[in-house]
Amino acid sequence: MQIVALGVAGTMESSDIIVRIEPNDGGGIELSIESTVMQQYGKQIDRVIRKTLSDLGVESATVAVVDKGALDCTIAARVSCAAFRAAQSTDYVWNGGVKQCQAD
Amino acid sequence: MPGRLRRSMLFVPGNNPGMIRDAHIYGSDSIMFDLEDSVSINEKDAARYLVYKALTSLRYGKKELVVRINALDTRLGIDDLEAMVRARPHVIRLPKTETAQDVIDCEREIARIEAEIGLPIGTTGMMAAIESAKGVLNAYDIARSSERLIGIALGAEDYVTDLKTTRSPEGVELLFARSMIVNAARAAGIAALDTVYSDVNNEEGFRAEAELIKKLGFDGKSVINPRQIQPLHDVFTPSQRDLDKARAIMEAIKEAESRGSGVISLNGKMIDKPVVERARYMLERAEASAVIPIEEV
Amino acid sequence: MEFNVNSIPHYREIDGAHGIYDEGNVPVKKTVTLLERQMTMNKMLPSLEEAIRRVGLTDGMTISFHHHFRNGDFVVNMVMDTIAKMGIRNLVLAASSLSDIHEPLIEHIKNGVVTHVETSGLRGKLAEVISHGLMEFPVVFRSHGGRAAAIETGELHIDVAFLGAPSCDPYGNANGYNRDEDNGSCCGSLGYAKLDAIKADKCVIITDHIVPFPNAPFGIPESQVDYVVKVDSVGDPKGIMSGATRYTKNPKELLIAKTAADVIEASGYFYQGFSMQMGSGGASLATARFLRDKMLAKGIKCSFALGGITGQIVSMHEEGLIKKILDVQSFDIVAANSLKNNRFHQQIDASYYASYVNRGSAVNQLDFVVLSALEVDVNFDVNVLTGSDGIIRGAIGGHPDTAAGASLSVVVVPLLRGRIPCVVEKVNTVVTPGRTIDVVVTDQGVAVNPNRPEIREKLIAAGIQVFSIEQLKARAERIVGVPEPIKYEDRIVGVVMYRDNTVIDVIRKIGEVEL
Repeated sequence: MQIVALGVAGTMESSDIIVRIEPNDGGGIELSIESTVMQQYGKQIDRVIRKTLSDLGVESATVAVVDKGALDCTIAARVSCAAFRAAQSTDYVWNGGVKQCQAD
Repeated sequence: MPGRLRRSMLFVPGNNPGMIRDAHIYGSDSIMFDLEDSVSINEKDAARYLVYKALTSLRYGKKELVVRINALDTRLGIDDLEAMVRARPHVIRLPKTETAQDVIDCEREIARIEAEIGLPIGTTGMMAAIESAKGVLNAYDIARSSERLIGIALGAEDYVTDLKTTRSPEGVELLFARSMIVNAARAAGIAALDTVYSDVNNEEGFRAEAELIKKLGFDGKSVINPRQIQPLHDVFTPSQRDLDKARAIMEAIKEAESRGSGVISLNGKMIDKPVVERARYMLERAEASAVIPIEEV
Repeated sequence: MEFNVNSIPHYREIDGAHGIYDEGNVPVKKTVTLLERQMTMNKMLPSLEEAIRRVGLTDGMTISFHHHFRNGDFVVNMVMDTIAKMGIRNLVLAASSLSDIHEPLIEHIKNGVVTHVETSGLRGKLAEVISHGLMEFPVVFRSHGGRAAAIETGELHIDVAFLGAPSCDPYGNANGYNRDEDNGSCCGSLGYAKLDAIKADKCVIITDHIVPFPNAPFGIPESQVDYVVKVDSVGDPKGIMSGATRYTKNPKELLIAKTAADVIEASGYFYQGFSMQMGSGGASLATARFLRDKMLAKGIKCSFALGGITGQIVSMHEEGLIKKILDVQSFDIVAANSLKNNRFHQQIDASYYASYVNRGSAVNQLDFVVLSALEVDVNFDVNVLTGSDGIIRGAIGGHPDTAAGASLSVVVVPLLRGRIPCVVEKVNTVVTPGRTIDVVVTDQGVAVNPNRPEIREKLIAAGIQVFSIEQLKARAERIVGVPEPIKYEDRIVGVVMYRDNTVIDVIRKIGEVEL
C-alpha cells in the first residue's frame, strides 16, 4: 500500500489513539509514539502499529501517534483507517470471516 | 432463537472506543454497535474499522451483538456489510426500512458475502428498523420478508418527523406505529422492539414509557445510556405475586392431567387456555432473566 | 489570720500548693467592657512574621498544618513564604495532608527551608518532583490514625502548629464555619487540626474572619491557642469544598456502587442499627444511595456514619435514616452546614476517629466501610498512594485505619482505568494490607478474601457471582494485555507507615522512561 498523502484517524479521547500517517519516500517506517501508558504498554503499542502496517503492505511511512490508553484492537483500527486515508484508497480488505474469539 | 430475551438493546456509538470496550458490563440483553446516525459522515470508515476490530477481537460473552449499518442507498451501506458480515455479529440491523424489498435487497448482499467467505447461507440474522409512515404501513410485509429477521424495531425520531409532528412525553403520536409494529411482529412470529428514550435524566418518564411499551406487547427497547438498563429490566421483571400465580397455574395443569381431566381449575375458578399460555410464557421469561452470569474467564 | 504553712499537717504532701497568699501578686482587675477588652487585650498579632517570632520558631523545628482547606489552601504557602523570608531553615513540615496547591514547597525544599516532610498524601507537581528524587530525606506517609497516634505518643513532636480557621474570635476559639451568614472559607469539621492544637507546644490560628468572643461552639478552644493572626484570605472557597456533592452519573461507578450495596446487604452487616463509613470517590459515595433504597425497603436504620462526611450522608441523617454523624472532615457545604445546625452531627478529632493507641477510636465501631483504591493485587493489598506510573498521586487518608477497624471492608475499584488494569499481580505500593480487606467489588465481578469464607458463602447464597481475585486479574489482562513493570531506581523517596507506624512499604525514585 502506497502512502501518498497525510492520513489522520482517531481522537484524543480517553481509550482512543490519534494516528497520523504521512509519506516517507522509501525511508521505511518512522514511528514516534506518545502515550499515557508508555511505561506499561509502549513496546506493545509499537508492535501493534508495525504489525498492522506490515499486514496492510505499508513499507514506507512517517507515523506519529498520541495514545490515550487505547486497546490493541483500537490501535489496529485507527492505524488501518489512517493508512487507507493516507493511501487515498477505499479498497478495504476484511479478512474473510475469520472469527478470532468473540462469543466463544 | 427461542427464549432469547431482548428487553434491552444498548446503543453504542461506533466511533467511541471507550464505550465499545465496556459495552458488555452493564447487563443489557443485546448490544447494538451503531455505524449510522451516531457517526458523522467523515468518520464512517473509522467507525467501521473500530467496530470490525472490536467484534473480531473482544469478547462480549453471551450477549446478542447487533450492528446498525448505513442504508444501502449509498456505497456506505455495502461497505458496512462487507466488513460486518465478516465480523460476524449475530444480527445486522437495517435502518430506515420502508418496504419488504429493502430487506430482500439487504439479504441478497448478506448472502453474497456469506457465500464469498464460506459461511453457511443464513448465518447472519437481520433486524429491520421502521422509521417512516410508509414503513409503518408496510410493517407486516416487512416483518415476514425474510427468514433472517429476528425482529422489527421502531425508530421514532425520523418517524415523527415524517409524520410532521414531534415527540411528546406521553407518546400519543407513536401509538399507531407501536401498535402496528407489535401486531406485525407477532403475526410474523418475531420480536418487537421499541425506540430509544433520549432524556436520560428523566428516570420517571423513562419508566412510564417502559411500562407503556411492555403493556403494548413489545419485547423490549433500545437504550442510549447504561443507566436505563436496570429500570427497564425492573419493569419487565414479573412481580413475585405474578410468578407465584403462574406457578400455581402450572401446578393446577399438572394436577388436572394427573386426574385425566381436561378442565383446569384454580381456587374454584376455571382457567382458560390463554391464561395458561401467559403463565407459561411468564415463567419462561423469568427463568431466562435470572441474573445472567458474568462470563467465566 | 497569721499562720505558718508548715503548721498545716502534711502540708508537704499536698500536691499543687504554692505557699502563702500574697496580695501583691493578684493582678489588677481589668474594668473595661468585654467589647473594649476584645479590641485591645487579646491574642491577635498584626502579622504572621510577628507570630512566628513570638512562638520562637528556630531552625530544625517541626511545624504542622491541617488539610481541611484541601486544594483551596493558602495557609501552608503563606506561612512557608514568611518563614523563608525570615531565614529559618531545616524545618520538618508535618501536614495532615498536602495537595496540588502546595507546589511552591518545591522551592522551599530546594532552598533548604524544609528538609523533612510528613503527610498523608501528595499530589500534583510537588508529588512528581519528590517521586523523581527532590528530597534527600524520604517523605514519611502516615494514615490519619497513624499520624494521630504518633502525635499522641510524642514520637511526632510538633513545635508549632499553624492552623487555618474559617472563623475565630480574638482569643483563639476557632471553627470551620461561621455563625453568621458569611460562609466564605467554610470547611466544616476541624478534625485533623484539633489534635495538633492540643499537642503542639505553640499554636497559631490563622483566620480571615474574626468574630466576637465566644465563637462557640468551637472546634478548637482558646485554651489551646497562643496567637491569632488575621489575614486577607485563608483559602479559595472553590478549592476548599464544593456545593452539594452530587451522586455520580457515571454508569460504571453506579454499577460498582449498586453491586457494593448488594454485597453489603448480603454480608450480614446490614441490620437494624448498623454503622458505616463511605470513603471518597464516586463509586463509594454512590453506594450510600443504593443502601438508602434498601434501608427504606426494609425499614432499617443506621446508628452512625463516620468519616469524611458529604451532603448525601447528611440528607440521610435529616430524613431519619442515619441517627448520628461522627465527622472528622466535611466534604461539602451541606456537610459543613449540618455540622453547624444538626445536634447529632458531631465534630471529632483524628485520634477519636482512628488512632490505635488511645482509649478507643470510632473506626473500631464500624460494621462496614466502602473504600476506593488505585490498585488492588492478588493478595488483596491495596494501593491508594502511587499511580500506575509509580508516581505519588494520592493520600493514605483513613484507608488502613477503617479497613482494620471495620468488621467488613469493601474495596470498590473499576477493573480497568483506560488501559491500566486495577486488579494486578502486585500493587506498586502497599498502603493497606490485604488481610484487612474483605471484599473487592469491580464493574466486572466481585472477589472475596479467602480468609472470609463465610462472607463468600453469604454472597453466593444471595445470588451474587463471586470470582477469585486471580480470575479478576486474568479478566483485566485478557482485555488490556499484561503491563510491563514500572522502572524504579534503588533510592527510596518515600516511607509508607502502617497505622501502627511500622514501615509497610517504601516508594522508590522513579526511573526514566525509555521505549
